[in-house]
Amino acid sequence: MSVSTSNNHGHVPDQADSPLVEVDNLTIHFPVGKKPLFGGTQRVVHAVDGVTFSISRGETLGLVGESGSGKTTTGRAILRRIEPTAGSICFRGRDITETRGEALRHLRRHMQLVFQDPYASLNPRMSVLELIAEPLKVHGIVNSVDDARDQVCQLLDRCGLPADAVDRYPHAFSGGQRQRVGIARALALQPDFIVADEPVSALDVSVRAQVVNLLQDLQADFGLTYLFIAHDLSVVRHISHRIAIMYAGSLVEIAPAGEIYDHPKHPYTESLLSSVPIPDPPMQRERRRIVLEGEIPDTMEPAIGCRFASRCPLVEDRCRNEIPPLVDDGSGHAVACWVRS
Amino acid sequence: MSGTEVPERSAILEVDQLKVNFYTRRGVVQAVRGVSFDVYSGEVLGLVGESGSGKSVTSQAIMGLTELPGKVISGDIRWKGSSLVRGSGSRELMRRVRGREISMVFQDPMTSLNPVFTIGNQMVEATRRHLGLTKKAARERAAEMLGLVGISNPRRRLDQHPGEFSGGMRQRVLIAMALSCEPDLLIADEPTTALDVTIQAQILELLAELKSELDLSVLLITHDLGVVAGMCDRVAVMYGGRLAEIGSADELYATPTHPYSRGLLLSTPRLDDVRPRLVSIEGAPPDLVNPPAGCPFTPRCARASDRCSDEDAELREFAQGRSVACWHPVMPDDEREGM
Repeated sequence: MSVSTSNNHGHVPDQADSPLVEVDNLTIHFPVGKKPLFGGTQRVVHAVDGVTFSISRGETLGLVGESGSGKTTTGRAILRRIEPTAGSICFRGRDITETRGEALRHLRRHMQLVFQDPYASLNPRMSVLELIAEPLKVHGIVNSVDDARDQVCQLLDRCGLPADAVDRYPHAFSGGQRQRVGIARALALQPDFIVADEPVSALDVSVRAQVVNLLQDLQADFGLTYLFIAHDLSVVRHISHRIAIMYAGSLVEIAPAGEIYDHPKHPYTESLLSSVPIPDPPMQRERRRIVLEGEIPDTMEPAIGCRFASRCPLVEDRCRNEIPPLVDDGSGHAVACWVRS
Repeated sequence: MSGTEVPERSAILEVDQLKVNFYTRRGVVQAVRGVSFDVYSGEVLGLVGESGSGKSVTSQAIMGLTELPGKVISGDIRWKGSSLVRGSGSRELMRRVRGREISMVFQDPMTSLNPVFTIGNQMVEATRRHLGLTKKAARERAAEMLGLVGISNPRRRLDQHPGEFSGGMRQRVLIAMALSCEPDLLIADEPTTALDVTIQAQILELLAELKSELDLSVLLITHDLGVVAGMCDRVAVMYGGRLAEIGSADELYATPTHPYSRGLLLSTPRLDDVRPRLVSIEGAPPDLVNPPAGCPFTPRCARASDRCSDEDAELREFAQGRSVACWHPVMPDDEREGM
């Protein structure tokens, strides 16, 4: 066990650089139920509503929200795996919202996904070599799986797996090792950008830290940019430069990581912070907890006000009738709240 | 709920050298390998461990819910002095106690309720059976319990099906159900793991309130050291089918003595912690088909010596109410050294 002194928070990547990823007013609606035969309107879930943010090169943006907040949908849309209903996505300065076919295939080399569940995301019938070489083959970088062997071994070594892992099958590995295979697979094409969708949620605590540390090391080595999706604020603190909070499809707050923890502005962020238990009994007993009443609202209805209004302790009339815009206070700390901005 | 004094109350539940095996195709999984602890009346004991540590298997054994291919092979579980697993009459006792004096809340509120029956239908089952209530009285009781766990409009809710409840609401229903026979001990197996953090906070708050209101003992099983911190008087840490350490929550968190408890606490991310890097425990938990000889943590332990892999470290008391199973524990008065 050792604590490295390399500080991830020391150099927050320069915001003035042109961002690697820009998401502008991203909106995604999913149709639900049967389409009405005559007239009538198709019912839709407003999964993501007008979300705007950008990620700089070499930066990690933590995207935090509870189930149904739209965080996973946002991540998938950036990777162009879900069609947005409205809004645009730019990658390396190019609008990729409409990219299709061969061009999209090329684009996918540069953006990869690390999945949540290392038990479900690896084909049990493929060896580690085949799993990691597959993307290389698909993109024509190698002709056969065996040509990729050296490259795969290097990747495995870099991800902390033994060399003999290469010919083994997923069932031979523990959860943490499987997640390392998943990360090696995502890195095979040397992408610029990785969406990590709850990459450590399924892992045990003692193993979780290993994987978070690995992701941090890889970022330093390869200059990777991450969108790190999580449901809980305690994990993302260590890895994120900035953190964005989503609630019921809307982005409610975005700020440098330290700011979110030390000076949260949105009442939802405050309650989310106070809901995470701290492993220290005397401190946990003394903590003032803001226990929210009720649950995440139904997003079948279009928003007419702030989505959080039904649970918000600070709610005012205006909150129920007008959607609050995301307002930046000039320091990179933006909040969508009528009361607090 | 000051953690420094050891409760002088009597043990209502005693788990004594419990061993549980699972006979699988892959071999015999020794899931629980000689675990002993007591639950005192009125306390909350947290049983903490990672997946495969044996914590859930232990709780299932207490409820007599060990299912094939699993089997309690040795050891004893005593409820208020009488065995629940050994001797004649133990089966009958288990039938009487389970659901009445000891009840359980499971992890997954989505699968623990039968989707085809109404909530009311499922709630009256236990009270009619164990308390002999009439249909009407049982319904009355069910409505009262739903009110107690903070479900508004309980009478109308009784006629709804589980599908009409959200995850957090279902967990409230399950807690109401578990408490409707006024048990002495509630076993809560990861009661908030499947829930969102804000809902988790609601449920934990509710459990803490109910605990003091109803004078319950609680055995809280979880992998989350944070969940334990706010609620438990004492904590038992499990690893590789064994108990690594047990003691008062305040002391164990402040000065963990087993290298595994230390590592677990250090690798748990904390909100109030600005370290740029997490501390991790290298390696992975042992395979319990062929558990290593001696202490199961040896291969991952920085303090391990030859003795650790040769000789079993038995749980021994080193201070009032605190025990550890380790040949080289980090004693509270040692310097706080790096590991």
